[in-house]
Amino acid sequence: MRRVAAGISLTIVIAFLAVTALLVHPFGHPPAQMDDYIIKNTQRETGANNAVAAVVFDYRGLDTLGEATILFTAVAGVVMLFRKREGETTR
Amino acid sequence: MSKIVRSTSEFLIPFIFIFGLYMIMHGHLTPGGGFQGGAVFASGMALLLVAFGSHKLEKKSKAHVLSMLESTGALAFIGLAFGGIAVGFFYNFLVGSSIFGHIPPSGPNRGDMWTGGTIPLMNMAVGLKVIAGLSLIVLVMALASDKTGSQK
Repeated sequence: MRRVAAGISLTIVIAFLAVTALLVHPFGHPPAQMDDYIIKNTQRETGANNAVAAVVFDYRGLDTLGEATILFTAVAGVVMLFRKREGETTR
Repeated sequence: MSKIVRSTSEFLIPFIFIFGLYMIMHGHLTPGGGFQGGAVFASGMALLLVAFGSHKLEKKSKAHVLSMLESTGALAFIGLAFGGIAVGFFYNFLVGSSIFGHIPPSGPNRGDMWTGGTIPLMNMAVGLKVIAGLSLIVLVMALASDKTGSQK
């Protein structure tokens, strides 16, 4: 039973890999034109010379919001872990 | 720490702080930005901590003040993101206005500080947040380890 299940899942994985290998874009043809768009239009649309900053804070600002939330959570966790508790006995 | 370490860090600290603030201010022109500049500044705070001890640093920068600064940065960031909500979340609504509104010519150019719309302001908000947050983490952990270390 376990051998049959392992064989079926292995077949599925190999089929998935084979299909993916056949669908890979040919060399020199990127799958998306987003980078060209950003390089051409960053300065006109956002006014920033630094395209990375424009992507991080403008085009993909929601992602940066998530990063800021992660930092906030980390700080909150550290402060909570090392807080002074009332009635804490020194050992 | 010894006098050598203290004198050297006294000499180096202004340069580290100024470099971190420069990185934050010029985030929309040069490599770097709020996160990176804030990390540089916080590493300066860590150097201060190592050289002078956590209790001396805690007198100058209280933990609750740093916590408040961090929340202020986060709120400013979200507020700027909501500023362009008329078009879309995180829309750059300051391009072309009188605040950071210049539009540079396309292609390589000298760089103009007064460009970028909301991006420099967001860099400053995130920089404030990262400075306060990382300094708070280092400071709180050092204070806690001091407390347990002295009781051995």
